[in-house]
Amino acid sequence: MTYLDHAATTPMLPVAVARYSEALGRVGNPSSLHTAGRRARKDVEEARESIAGAVGALPTEVVLATGGTEADNLAVKGIYWARREADPRHTGVVVSAVEHHAVLDAAEWLAEHEGATLHVLGVDETGRVHPSALRELLAAHADEIAVVSVMWANNEVGSVNDVRALADVAHEFDVPLHTDAVQAVGSLPVDFATSGADALSLTGHKLGGPVGVGALLLRRDASCMPLLHGGGQERDVRSGTLDVAGTLSLAAAVHAAVDDVPRRTVELAGLRDDLVARLVAEVPDATLNGVPLDAAPVAGGPARLPGNAHLSFPGCEGDSLLMLLDAHEIECSTGSACTAGVARPSHVLLAMGVEEAAARGSLRFSLGHSSTAADVDAAVAAIGPVVERARGALARS
Amino acid sequence: MRVLAAMSGGVDSAVAAARARDAGHDVVGVHLALSAKPATMREGARGCCSVEDSHDARRCADVLDIPFYVWDMAARFTEDVVEPFVAEYAAGRTPNPCLRCNEKIKFSAVLDRALALGFDAVVTGHYARLTDGVLRRAVDPDKDQSYVLGVLTADQLAHAMFPLGESPKSEVRAEAARRGLVVAEKPDSHDICFIPSGDTRGFLADRLSEAPGELVDAVSGAVLGRHSGVAGFTVGQRHGLGLQAPAADGRPRYVLGIEPVSRQVTVGPVEELDVHALSASAPVWHGGHGVTEDVVVQVRAHGGLAPARVTVSDDGLEAALAEPLRGVAPGQAVVVYSGDRVLGSATITSTR
Ligand SMILES: Cc1ncc(COP(=O)(O)O)c(C=O)c1O
Repeated sequence: MTYLDHAATTPMLPVAVARYSEALGRVGNPSSLHTAGRRARKDVEEARESIAGAVGALPTEVVLATGGTEADNLAVKGIYWARREADPRHTGVVVSAVEHHAVLDAAEWLAEHEGATLHVLGVDETGRVHPSALRELLAAHADEIAVVSVMWANNEVGSVNDVRALADVAHEFDVPLHTDAVQAVGSLPVDFATSGADALSLTGHKLGGPVGVGALLLRRDASCMPLLHGGGQERDVRSGTLDVAGTLSLAAAVHAAVDDVPRRTVELAGLRDDLVARLVAEVPDATLNGVPLDAAPVAGGPARLPGNAHLSFPGCEGDSLLMLLDAHEIECSTGSACTAGVARPSHVLLAMGVEEAAARGSLRFSLGHSSTAADVDAAVAAIGPVVERARGALARS
Repeated sequence: MRVLAAMSGGVDSAVAAARARDAGHDVVGVHLALSAKPATMREGARGCCSVEDSHDARRCADVLDIPFYVWDMAARFTEDVVEPFVAEYAAGRTPNPCLRCNEKIKFSAVLDRALALGFDAVVTGHYARLTDGVLRRAVDPDKDQSYVLGVLTADQLAHAMFPLGESPKSEVRAEAARRGLVVAEKPDSHDICFIPSGDTRGFLADRLSEAPGELVDAVSGAVLGRHSGVAGFTVGQRHGLGLQAPAADGRPRYVLGIEPVSRQVTVGPVEELDVHALSASAPVWHGGHGVTEDVVVQVRAHGGLAPARVTVSDDGLEAALAEPLRGVAPGQAVVVYSGDRVLGSATITSTR
């Protein structure tokens, strides 16, 4: 099997597996006062400090949650509610057009059920949000905006935003900014404090940790209403008995992945550049979507996720490509999976101005920590005949 | 062979896929998404197009350990099945959308794509037998679906597989349970999959700009009442005519004919429904069409059988029925059988 879908989920790192399985055998609720509880509390707090240290946050800013989806919902809805309560005029929600559904649908839900006004920030043809676009929007609506959410790195095409510049603009207008950094942490240099963001989502399973554990980094001075009410374990912003084993494993993974970023960035980008060049050599009319591989850096880091290769293959249905590659034991994706499994053209590509037909005929190959040159070779070897077949299928239907 | 199993999420297509796999074929399951906006959950026993059905199909494929994909056929389905369905009613005819779906979607759009992608055949959970290109009725007479498959050409049948034709439904359900397929007890879907409410009249009313017309007594020519539009009336229909006064003889009245241009719906007593002969167009013949005596025609999906003498022309057929049939509606298919063998299928244009 050639696994080229690390952006969907990536294998757990051995240290994370070890930490997880070792911790699973121990009892203890971190909220209990006895010895087992104290021990669990100590483990969780050490893990929290480790996570905070790795991503440039304070330990109190780490709100543990079940992953990216919960962190995104908590940030968008929680900050919206808190800001609206502080000032009833704050009913605007600003999101970029290319957000993950965890942000986009949360914002749409607020518009449908909570009286919010939704403002969607457009992106350029590479999928990036320009700070000037945010400034223009805030200049017109500053008094009404409760929260801005713009992702750090896009999960489909890998484009990286200048979060610092965006946060600066938001703060000029006294508006808090959340960033979904689920794809960024462990792949790019991410420092919460210097990013200027007020809230940042991360999740374990995209960086070598377990599924179902993640965090919202939330600035000490940011106000946020809870989604989940109960014991108030996490700063009263999030309730639920803490997942000790998951948190320890998450911390081990975050630590290892972040330490490895400088090496990974170079190594993965090398493999990815090779993959793109050779795919295009096999299929000369294939085009790379998103930021060009030689684009200038963003905030001192790569302008594109180093493991991301997203291409359109004219005359093909992404569905057909996926199925044929699957039959060749090559696992990749058409972008983001959808509930019914029905492939709709990606909202990300459409927002970038890609035409619907081209959007339907695209594939995402995403590399990660276990990727090798042999994976690239396998994909390159398969693509020619697969594209030819898929073209035949589209031509006939 | 590499075969593509069309999996609706129901018990029949799941067992069909399983049998194809057991027969040694390399099977890939595909669920056809036919609605652009599928409902989340199935409504009662109707339909097969909800997200829940798609999940059922996926679950079965996983149990069978075969790859599974969803193919978006919503646009084609709308264009080739739903829109013609509405247009046929608007023209006063009674379409059969399941037949059209087999003809235009499953064994056309899907089959074409499958062949282009390197598959050899499409396998479905239809109850029919297919041996050496000869299409026959299924052994389970209650379940037999050869009527809605008769429209397939020899070329289409050459790439079709119907593994359930030899089995009674009860056996298929038992086999599904034995195989651990969660859909073993799932109710049969009936009605029209894209009208999950079952309200065909309402569905049509939403889509057609309807104009009122008269309900006329076929015998006396008297105007008995008015209707709000012809769509949804079907020849043979008894209920929902909106007539206040009973007939002079106190007997029920039935729709005998629909005239879309004048929008006149004629009604009359049951014996006026008797059809002794019919004409049909757009025929598809299987393996020549020499046999015209000693045949049986079927004029709707369930029942509606009569011995007949069939005269074949280039672009149609005439059938003289040995026994009258009731409720024969233009737009439906007439399928010609010799014993259990399907000889051909055509679309009914008129009846006498
Ligand atoms: C950008 C982005 N945000 C949020 C999520 C959701 O994260 P999780 O799977 O942890 O809920 C994902 C993963 O699919 C993602 O790629």
